[in-house]
Amino acid sequence: MPTYYYLTLSFVLFLVGTSGVLLRRNALIVLMGIELQLNAGNLAFLAFSRQLGDQKGHAFAFIIIALAAAEAAVGLAILVALFRSRQTINLDEASLMKR
Amino acid sequence: MPFNLRLIPLMPFIGATLLMLFGRRWKRETVVMVACLAVFFAGLVAFDAFFTRLPEAAEAGGLTDNVWTWLAVGSGPTGLHVDLAFRMDALSGLLCLIITFIGFLIHVYASGYMEHEPDYARFFAYLNLFCGAMLVLVLGDNLPVMFVGWEGVGLCSYLLIGFWYTDNANADAGKKAFITNRIGDFGFLLGIFLLFQYSGTMNFSEITSVAQSGSALMQPFWLGQPVAFWVGLLLFIGAAGKSAQIPLYVWLPDAMAGPTPVSALIHAATMVTAGVYMVARMHAVYLLSPAAMAIVAIVGALTAAFAAIIGFAQNDFKKVLAYSTVSQLGFMFAGVGTANYDAGVFHLFTHAFFKAGLFLCAGSVMHAMSGSGDITKMGGLRKRIPWTHGVFFICWLAICGIFPLSGFFSKDSIIAGAFATTVYGPAGMAWVGPFVGVLLVLAALGTAFYMSRLYFLVFTGPSRADAETQHHIHESPFVMVGPLVLLAVGAALGGFIGIPGALVEHPELNLIGHFFEPVLGAEMMVPHATEWAFMGISFALALGGIGLAYLFYGGGYREPAHQVAFQFPRFVALVRDKFRVDELYDAIFIRPLRKLSEWLFKLADRIIIDKILVEGVGMVVDVFGRFARFLQLGDAQRYMAAFAIGVAALVFFATRPPAPSELKVSVEGLSVQVDARRAGRQSPRELEYTYDFDDGREENQTAPEIRHTFRQPGKYTIRVTVTDPRWGTSTVVKRRVEVQ
Repeated sequence: MPTYYYLTLSFVLFLVGTSGVLLRRNALIVLMGIELQLNAGNLAFLAFSRQLGDQKGHAFAFIIIALAAAEAAVGLAILVALFRSRQTINLDEASLMKR
Repeated sequence: MPFNLRLIPLMPFIGATLLMLFGRRWKRETVVMVACLAVFFAGLVAFDAFFTRLPEAAEAGGLTDNVWTWLAVGSGPTGLHVDLAFRMDALSGLLCLIITFIGFLIHVYASGYMEHEPDYARFFAYLNLFCGAMLVLVLGDNLPVMFVGWEGVGLCSYLLIGFWYTDNANADAGKKAFITNRIGDFGFLLGIFLLFQYSGTMNFSEITSVAQSGSALMQPFWLGQPVAFWVGLLLFIGAAGKSAQIPLYVWLPDAMAGPTPVSALIHAATMVTAGVYMVARMHAVYLLSPAAMAIVAIVGALTAAFAAIIGFAQNDFKKVLAYSTVSQLGFMFAGVGTANYDAGVFHLFTHAFFKAGLFLCAGSVMHAMSGSGDITKMGGLRKRIPWTHGVFFICWLAICGIFPLSGFFSKDSIIAGAFATTVYGPAGMAWVGPFVGVLLVLAALGTAFYMSRLYFLVFTGPSRADAETQHHIHESPFVMVGPLVLLAVGAALGGFIGIPGALVEHPELNLIGHFFEPVLGAEMMVPHATEWAFMGISFALALGGIGLAYLFYGGGYREPAHQVAFQFPRFVALVRDKFRVDELYDAIFIRPLRKLSEWLFKLADRIIIDKILVEGVGMVVDVFGRFARFLQLGDAQRYMAAFAIGVAALVFFATRPPAPSELKVSVEGLSVQVDARRAGRQSPRELEYTYDFDDGREENQTAPEIRHTFRQPGKYTIRVTVTDPRWGTSTVVKRRVEVQ
């Protein structure tokens, strides 16, 4: 199967993730969008790794999976804290930066 | 001959550093020990250098010590080369002895005088610092090093006048001294610059040789006067500031706000004589310009007479002595201004002893009188404090000029020299010498009068103090009386180094004249008749002044004193108010300056800086901030959207095929050569170039260069589109050309 297909899938996944991050107001969904973007990146890494016959891409993918796990943990913790202080996880409500 | 002269100023500097760093934690005994030993060792080195090394080196320019090269800019005749170098010749050597000897005595005295002072260590640190700076001043081998010492002593003077800074009047007196000195320093610096510009050196021995060859400093400079005149005048402004001459003398009487040992050391014996030392040091330059000499002599003589008159009516012990110092400094300047350098420096030497002695007596008397210096409330102290009285008695006679005490010899040689001087030439300015001489004779009479007034009012007759103060009168402790006695010995015998031996056919008796010959030139020749006459006149005047004062004040205020005060009340008040010179300066300089400052404050500070520069900048930022606030919505998702768009734009621009920022086109007749290669790194990819020549023809190829011939002349716009076929991205460059 040509690398082209994998990359197209990766691009589509990244677009879905980005639009989720940018357009959704639910913080949980935004976090999921970020996971999607990361996985799109993983897929691209693996596709190139396969094409070039180089194992470094796999290593990158593993590191990104670990990073994504950490990010999810921190992100969810922030969500819990946000929910405790505001009783909502709607991002429009969390506009402390504008005063 | 090289010698470790740097040790002499270094010791007091080390002492000052130690005292500043650790003095607060040390016991009083330790503080005194360190301070006194620092000066003592400096004196030891100085005496060793002076008596064992200098005699053999005196003819060859004295002892030298080149510590390091301080400034070296350029080279040759226009270059500036200044070393941190010291030189001890007869002149600076004598000054060193005075500074270390009297400085040491005053340190010892101060250990008793300042006993009850909580800020003991600070006082001795400043005093040590002063000694170091003063030694740098006299030992410096060139004007910049001298200037460092000059400013150093000015700083210490300021710090010590304002030593009791919690009292506003003292702090103000310190400021007055410092600012007045700055005015003088301004002239001094300009003088140094001018001298350097024309002589190309700042080293004393080189200045002397340049001045003796004459030509460089004899060029006309301004108002028909040669460079030497202006150098001399500017340097004398500096000297007038430091040595309290008209018109810059006003700070010295106020400087009495400082502790008495400070008045004795700095404002009588050493620092204030720096101006005289400097003029003597630069004598070769002054000799080139009789006019400058005349100014020095006349200002000195006027100051001597003027300050003596003010001294008649002062009622504060230290104020009388302060005006006396101003007056005696005037004598010294009259001496050096009449080219009688030996006599000027000789008077500096004797004055250091008797005036330091008088000031320390003042301290001792004030100590006895519970701190008050008001002589209208004294009297009858002769029996109560006999040692102090004895010392004061000797110093009093010495300053009056009674034979054979030191003041007689030095003052007489200045007065006789003024009448005998030939430095002003035969024509035009010949009146200067006698004029100065007459003023000095009057000043000498005045000196005898006001000093005797002081003596009679303080020590004779019944006491006018209240019972409480009288009860507390006591002689000072040994540490204070001991230095007093040594100074009295110096005041009594100091004159014998300058006996005018030529009068009795023994010129070798005049040690000081012989001794200064390598530095200051040969001793001035005064006709014997003149010398004898003025010896007689001086002595008679001294006795006359004392006698007159006895009539007025012997045993307290007498009838004539009351009568004069009754008949000329306005004149007496004017003298008591020091001729209201301070008020005059206040009206002419200080108040207009304050007004100008206030106005500048309102214009520059309040309007330009505060309103325009500070608030204006704030307002501009504020306005932009108001606009920028619309963009800041506080919504993280929109920031991320902006970020994503930005990244997309960056990617777009970064992946465009490389094209030159400007097309290279060379025109030859109707044909053009177009080069669309980008300078620097080339793209590894295969690119396609589309050339549009604006004449309806297009070329499409993969090479970045093309040659094209137009059919007819005219102006064309050549467009090159660089395309990356793989990504479909492209860049366009344009260039207008004209072909004929």
